[in-house]
Amino acid sequence: MKLDIILAGVGGQGILSIATVIGYAAVQSGLDLKQAETHGMSQRGGDVQSHLRISDHTIYSDLVPEGAADIILSVEPMESLRYIPYLSPQGWLVTNTTPFKNIPNYPDLYKIIKEVGKVPHHVAIDADGMAKELKNSRGMNMVMTGAASLFMDIDFEKLKEGIRYSFGRKGQEIVDLNIATLEAGRKFAEENRSS
Amino acid sequence: MDNNTLLLLGDEAVAQGALDAGVSGFYAYPGTPSTEIMEYVQHSKQAAEKNIHRTWSANEKTAVEAALGMSYTGKRTMAMMKHVGLNVAADPFINSGITGANGGIIVTVADDPSMHSSQDEQDSRVLANFAMVPILEPSNQQEAYQMCFTAFELSEKFQTPVMLRLTTRIAHSRSGVKRGAPLDENQLAMPEDKRQFVLLPAIARGRYKLLLEKQPSLEDEANNSPYNRYYEGSDTRLGIIASGIAYNYVMENFQDQPCPYPLLKLSQYPIPRKYIERMVDQCDEVLVIEEGMPVVEEKLRGLLDRGPAVVKGRMTGELPRDGELNPILVRKALGLEAHPSTVAPEVIAPRPPALCPGCSHIDAYHAINEAIKAEYGDGHVFADIGCYTLGALPPFEAINSCVDMGASITMAKGAADAGLYPSAAVIGDSTFTHSGMTGLLDAVIENSNIVVFILDNSTTAMTGGQNSHANGRLHQICEGLGVDAEHIRSIMPKRNTHDQFVQIIKEELDYKGVSVIIPQRECVQTQLRRAKQKQQGGKA
Ligand SMILES: Cc1ncc(C[n+]2csc(CCOP(=O)(O)OP(=O)(O)O)c2C)c(N)n1
Ligand code: SF4
Repeated sequence: MKLDIILAGVGGQGILSIATVIGYAAVQSGLDLKQAETHGMSQRGGDVQSHLRISDHTIYSDLVPEGAADIILSVEPMESLRYIPYLSPQGWLVTNTTPFKNIPNYPDLYKIIKEVGKVPHHVAIDADGMAKELKNSRGMNMVMTGAASLFMDIDFEKLKEGIRYSFGRKGQEIVDLNIATLEAGRKFAEENRSS
Repeated sequence: MDNNTLLLLGDEAVAQGALDAGVSGFYAYPGTPSTEIMEYVQHSKQAAEKNIHRTWSANEKTAVEAALGMSYTGKRTMAMMKHVGLNVAADPFINSGITGANGGIIVTVADDPSMHSSQDEQDSRVLANFAMVPILEPSNQQEAYQMCFTAFELSEKFQTPVMLRLTTRIAHSRSGVKRGAPLDENQLAMPEDKRQFVLLPAIARGRYKLLLEKQPSLEDEANNSPYNRYYEGSDTRLGIIASGIAYNYVMENFQDQPCPYPLLKLSQYPIPRKYIERMVDQCDEVLVIEEGMPVVEEKLRGLLDRGPAVVKGRMTGELPRDGELNPILVRKALGLEAHPSTVAPEVIAPRPPALCPGCSHIDAYHAINEAIKAEYGDGHVFADIGCYTLGALPPFEAINSCVDMGASITMAKGAADAGLYPSAAVIGDSTFTHSGMTGLLDAVIENSNIVVFILDNSTTAMTGGQNSHANGRLHQICEGLGVDAEHIRSIMPKRNTHDQFVQIIKEELDYKGVSVIIPQRECVQTQLRRAKQKQQGGKA
């Protein structure tokens, strides 16, 4: 088993909270893990990525090679496209459709969504909207994790454990809300995957 | 994962490794990608219980010197910095090779090839070679942990500082690390030779000979190091030398089959000649793969390039001459077929980092631009390194230099000496106490006609908001250095104080001498963080 994920977003959007949940689930499943993160300058609103590699045998490189990613999990639509060279031909691009506009020349969103549609295997989801509907205003990342979980060879229950681990400190209510958010994201992907 | 296995960044593995290997003090100034070492220690219960020294230093030079002082007492110590920090600390670092160590001393340096968060991509191995200090270069997080034990032993056995060299991708990548049995700290034990650390010429000459004499033994250590491994291969048309993290990129490409070529995994220096000779005897060509500069490659090639084997690598185009490596670049160098991959669509716009909305630096630049750029044209503002360096980019385009920490004040002084008017410097509070103070003293001594802006956001923001030594002391420091109190001006940079701010700048531009203007408002990120912590503390 090998699962290579590129997590993408903008500095400040908190993609590492996704890595924590998936990473916890992987480790609890007895798998090996390497996770390369972006720290430093780009965290000031620049593009950030994290390479998450999970496997049942030795992982050598800390970086996912181009053309090898099983999933691009992006919390921002334009950022999802930036990493397309990493996606394997069978890989899934799972992206939030809510743009994060902190540059003056942000492209036409319509064009971006059109490019997402050209990727053979993709799920595009208004994760911000869905999180709001679920009354989990900061749940966008968990919607995305749920949606991408459909394409991960990891026990879904283990991801829920990851949420308990990550959010436990904030109380049962928050844990439950985020598990519901995770499930909603997954359900959306089941119903709306491109192929 | 069992209880003894932790999921750690390379930086954190170094911190935990040093803690378990009996360190008594860490000394560091923040700098990407090394910052998380000290941050981990500062959050460590183990460090708190043992009261391990873990307060930030003013700069990398003071950090290495304090570490050397701790080594003098027989205790184990580590100094940490980013690669350019070693330039600042070069004087104590290089001379510590000559004094040698008493208690184990590790100088951990994190290089940043591809300059993700840096102004250059220098390779610290060059400076370690210069100082004739052994280097350990981990290829994974487990080695990063383990090497702290090895480095302290090596340091004490040969009375030498040891460099632990990290690069961005190992420093900032997380993986499982199995802990070993923790060691006790050393007891206080002064150096046997009371003149060991006295580098008077007569003594230094003797110490330097000792340093030279140590070298063959240090090479023996590398020849027998468990971190250097030679793997035989059946196809001897090529041999591969892969150092540090580059070893992983080689193995990534032979995941499903054994590497057909003889392969040297290189993680301990001086370069182990035993293995190099074996490879050159065996192979027609040698491919050197190393993260950073072609340090090993250049040594093997030599000036004349007429050895028995053809040496290939960054200098011959098999690998790019600059920038960090990755599995695909290494794949190409190995002559393997590329994976199919798609190019990114053109619609994507670059997303450079930017000042946070509400950042006090924004207000400072609005005022500086109005008072200086609008009045006198572009080209009068020397700046420094920190979040405020982003003022070089649109929409501000307010600054004209960023070279090394502290250079703003001294460059402004040099330009004023040459007749530039106005000549202004923009420097952050942490950068000012790192290495701006001495430059300001130069300016005071000559009453240079400059205006210095010390942007005081009460923190070291660029690297994630560490405490700043300048906190609450800027006025006193400037006055102490001799700046006329009437020309040390404070202002709260906000939209509604803009006119007042511009007025202050104009007044100080009219003054012939050294003026210091201190816009003071906390970084919005640290402010948010404090608010959050307070809220969480309130709940718990
Ligand atoms: C010699 C050296 N050490 C460390 C760094 C990393 N570094 C860059 S900016 C900075 C701190 C900036 O703090 P401050 O001057 O207060 O400005 P702020 O980011 O808070 O605006 C640090 C530590 C560096 N570039 N060079
Ligand atoms: S982190 Fe602080 S100093 Fe840096 S840009 Fe943001 S608000 Fe400004």
